[in-house]
Amino acid sequence: MFFSLAAVEVGTHLYWNFAGLTVHGQVLIVTWIVIAVILTIAILGTLNLEQVPKGLQNFVESVFEYVSGIAKDQIGEYEYRPWVPFVGTLFLFIFVANWLGALVPWKLITLPEGELAAPTNDINTTVALSLLTSISYFYGGFKAKGLGFFARYISPSPIFLPINILEDFTKPLSLSFRLFGNILADEIVVSVLCLLVPLFVPLPVMVLGIFASSVQALVFSTLSAAYIGESIE
Amino acid sequence: MNPIVSGASVIAAGLAIGLSSIGPGFGQGNAAAQAVEGLARQPEAEGKIRGTLLLSLAFMESLTIYGLVVALCLLFANPFAG
Repeated sequence: MFFSLAAVEVGTHLYWNFAGLTVHGQVLIVTWIVIAVILTIAILGTLNLEQVPKGLQNFVESVFEYVSGIAKDQIGEYEYRPWVPFVGTLFLFIFVANWLGALVPWKLITLPEGELAAPTNDINTTVALSLLTSISYFYGGFKAKGLGFFARYISPSPIFLPINILEDFTKPLSLSFRLFGNILADEIVVSVLCLLVPLFVPLPVMVLGIFASSVQALVFSTLSAAYIGESIE
Repeated sequence: MNPIVSGASVIAAGLAIGLSSIGPGFGQGNAAAQAVEGLARQPEAEGKIRGTLLLSLAFMESLTIYGLVVALCLLFANPFAG
């Protein structure tokens, strides 16, 4: 796979060391850019609020409605409002990260080691997001039920105890792997196709990747909201 | 790397992704068929049917992705290398 014209390499990262920890620098750089993009659109869209929205405010309001629709469908209309920021953050971050990773020509910026790509193609990012979901459904369950939260481990019957405990581990695992696998697989397919036939053949795969990555953002946030709703009820 | 280990890893990677795409392929085809039938029966419910279909397809897709992750892990982050 390593020719002189083009190369596909998986697993090379830009390592930064600070305070005794090693992080993947290229993931952090793109993450900061994603955060900047989301904040810019949010701040610009809410600068001069008008009663009848138009332009960017209209777009931002429709995004908000969509995200709170996701939360409302899964959590129920009496309890969903406090969770809209969290679900919305998950959806927006994953969506914008995937789309920026696929659409922006990152290759123009050369790093000393590794290359810039979607931050969700790193298992660390997706595991962090799914652990956030885990923590928040635990938090929601404790806040709503106190110590009665543990009753859900023996429902519907005590035989289900090992399965329910296992579920607490498989939920974040499946969330993180689904997102990570989708994004990394699409990037690898596109890069291998660019290696073999760089002209027009990678294009349908890239379009599929854009579509699939937006679906993955929706699935991740819907599932997180569903887990939260399930532990609150 | 030990040639037996690398040979076995290559075969395992191919089998992992190949086999794990059979089941979800059947499942997704079934889901799409039922969705199309529901759409034919009641075309006004298109929005809901399409939303539910896409969500279910993503879930089934993730089962194949698990196999893909194992294959990628064997090829690029092989724990038995060296």
